Amino acid sequence: MLWLCLRFPRLALDALQTAAPAGDTRPCAVIDGPMPSRHIVLADAAAQAAGVRAGQPLASAQALCPRLRTLARDRAAEQQSLQALATLAWRYSAELCVHAPDSILLEVGASLKLFGGWPALQRRLRSELAHSGFACQFAAAPTASAAQVLACTHGDIAVTTMPALHSALTALPIAHSGLDDKTIDALQGMGLRRLGDLFRLPRAQLGRRLGAALLARLDRLRGLLASDCARWQPPACFHRRIEFDSEVTSTTALAFVLQRLIRELALFLLARDGGVQRFELVIGHARDARTRIDVGLLAPQRDAASLFELARARLERCALPAPALSLALHADDLPPLVPAHQDLFEAHARSLLDWPALAERLRARLGDDALHGLTCHADHRPARAWQRSAPVLDTRTEPPRNSRSDPSTGATSFTSAPRPFWLLQRPLALRQAPQRILAGPERIESGWWDGHDQRRDYYIVELRSGQRAWAFVEAGTRAPWTLHGWFA
Amino acid sequence: MFNAVPATCLEPVDAASASWPAAPTSGATNPAHARDVMSRNEAALTDLLRHPGIWRRRSAPAATIATQPSGHAALDTLLPGGGWPQGALCELLVEHDGLGECSLLLPTLAALTQARRRVVLVAPPFIAYAPALAAAGIDLRQLVQLDATGNDTHWSIEQCLRSGCCGAVLGWLPRTDYRELRRLQLAAETGGTLGFVFRPLAAADSASPSALRLRIGTVQGEPRLELLKCRGRVGGMVGMRLRA
Repeated sequence: MLWLCLRFPRLALDALQTAAPAGDTRPCAVIDGPMPSRHIVLADAAAQAAGVRAGQPLASAQALCPRLRTLARDRAAEQQSLQALATLAWRYSAELCVHAPDSILLEVGASLKLFGGWPALQRRLRSELAHSGFACQFAAAPTASAAQVLACTHGDIAVTTMPALHSALTALPIAHSGLDDKTIDALQGMGLRRLGDLFRLPRAQLGRRLGAALLARLDRLRGLLASDCARWQPPACFHRRIEFDSEVTSTTALAFVLQRLIRELALFLLARDGGVQRFELVIGHARDARTRIDVGLLAPQRDAASLFELARARLERCALPAPALSLALHADDLPPLVPAHQDLFEAHARSLLDWPALAERLRARLGDDALHGLTCHADHRPARAWQRSAPVLDTRTEPPRNSRSDPSTGATSFTSAPRPFWLLQRPLALRQAPQRILAGPERIESGWWDGHDQRRDYYIVELRSGQRAWAFVEAGTRAPWTLHGWFA
Repeated sequence: MFNAVPATCLEPVDAASASWPAAPTSGATNPAHARDVMSRNEAALTDLLRHPGIWRRRSAPAATIATQPSGHAALDTLLPGGGWPQGALCELLVEHDGLGECSLLLPTLAALTQARRRVVLVAPPFIAYAPALAAAGIDLRQLVQLDATGNDTHWSIEQCLRSGCCGAVLGWLPRTDYRELRRLQLAAETGGTLGFVFRPLAAADSASPSALRLRIGTVQGEPRLELLKCRGRVGGMVGMRLRA
């Protein structure tokens, strides 16, 4: 096993700065504590050069560096950043635990082969973390506890073998071994300075005097006992919100932010090996007003480019009622993704874009209802003999239709009499009398039970212009003629 | 001796004769050499004429094009290759509704849907009546209707044609122009899809990039179909009656 401890020594500062990157370059420090005794938690390089140190009272720091910009500590933001970093690190190992307040531990021994060895993995993870804007220290050791302790004392270090770890631990001061303060005081009172001194003592007596917790801790450091940290799992839903420095009035500008959000979502989905079927964009305005855009997909997806294209199409269709101050993306419905499989013997291999992707693209621009199928409906009244239906997404898996009278598909026609290709939305008065009657009458009399009673005699007629029409007269009469369809 | 001349020789004659070892310096005065040059030019010309983009009236029939049978024997004989050209745009210029212009396509659509290829109707002017379509043998599960207006109609037709996952795309475009049609024609070529566009007859006079243009109108109250333009067609009849 090889445990990697990622320690973020500047988490308090980075969490505040990456959330809201500021333009000014003054020295900066994070402060904490109740009002009368405020003190510095962390100072950036410029402030440290001016003499500002952690633990200093705020007044002293301001005396040393009058231009000091102070930020109040935000522990919630720190934890949120740590969770985001854990999501990023989760792609490198499934065995991961978040160690508050500022470390993430992950077992990379099992991932080395996949990522091409320790140097390659480290380089890749480092570049990703550098991109995220958080300063990070890497410490690797065969046990989790040792990796964490070494990260605190040594910073960047890689101890890969057990003997090397043992000698490193032997030389480690007890004060930095991660034991609780009371035990450290007791041990130092006994004249013990280094962990090596502790390892040499008889185990049973040490346990009786200082408790089993100390023994367990020592065993975990040396790898005699398995690590006890709780495994971290990525959250089940994705929520991300980006606030703007200034008011945004155009959807084009929002699209840039949207692209960033979608990219994060795609990474998140990739790490979870899931897809997204429905997500919501929330545009925040002044006075807590919000505009919601719901993006629904026909099938789960996780490709960043296509998700962005779909979401942007919906965003551009929406008119902003007021300038936007923030954009949030909420995705709660994250079903497992089943990648579309292609038929090995597919006859039509030219397909550049598969039908689900095309349907999504069309729906995103034209609206959800614009795309529909047509079915027959068992009713004698012509206007009710058809229905809109949801389009069938993938018919490759369905068996071919054997007979036309399959009632489940609605493909059956209710009558064998000829029907026109076009049916008019509503019947129109026929302006000229038909020149010739080709067929008819076909009496259609139905609907007395639902209040839409119809008694009509339908004819196929030819007009003077050569057009063939489907027209009707009220049952039993010869006029007036009403046009209901075209034999186009 | 003629065999020694490369068939693809297209360089200027002077330069070639300069490198000719046996040729005398005053080449033009030697009749044997003049014959040489002429035969080489002829070879070059034959080679040029073998280019697939060039077709000569008297030579063998034009290169075969992929087609989809229209289901009407009379129409298949009119169209080169015996059917609707695959991967091209067909324009149907219709005088009135109800002349049988849509029924013309029904056998093709039925064949496509039964082969489980998708057919998309974009912005039809009336309700495409499902019982009639089912009676013509169309598998309604493969039929999709798209409601679009204005510029979205062009965009939708283009997307469907370009994607290559549709068997045929039928669009109704009361207003369009050369540029838009050119886009649709290119999209149909990219996707290898059958594209049908219905336009009013008034558009028959304007230029169009479509591979096939059909005029559907009436002559003395009798609906007739006429070929206005047809890529790859050689002589013969240009019209037929629509209704038997």
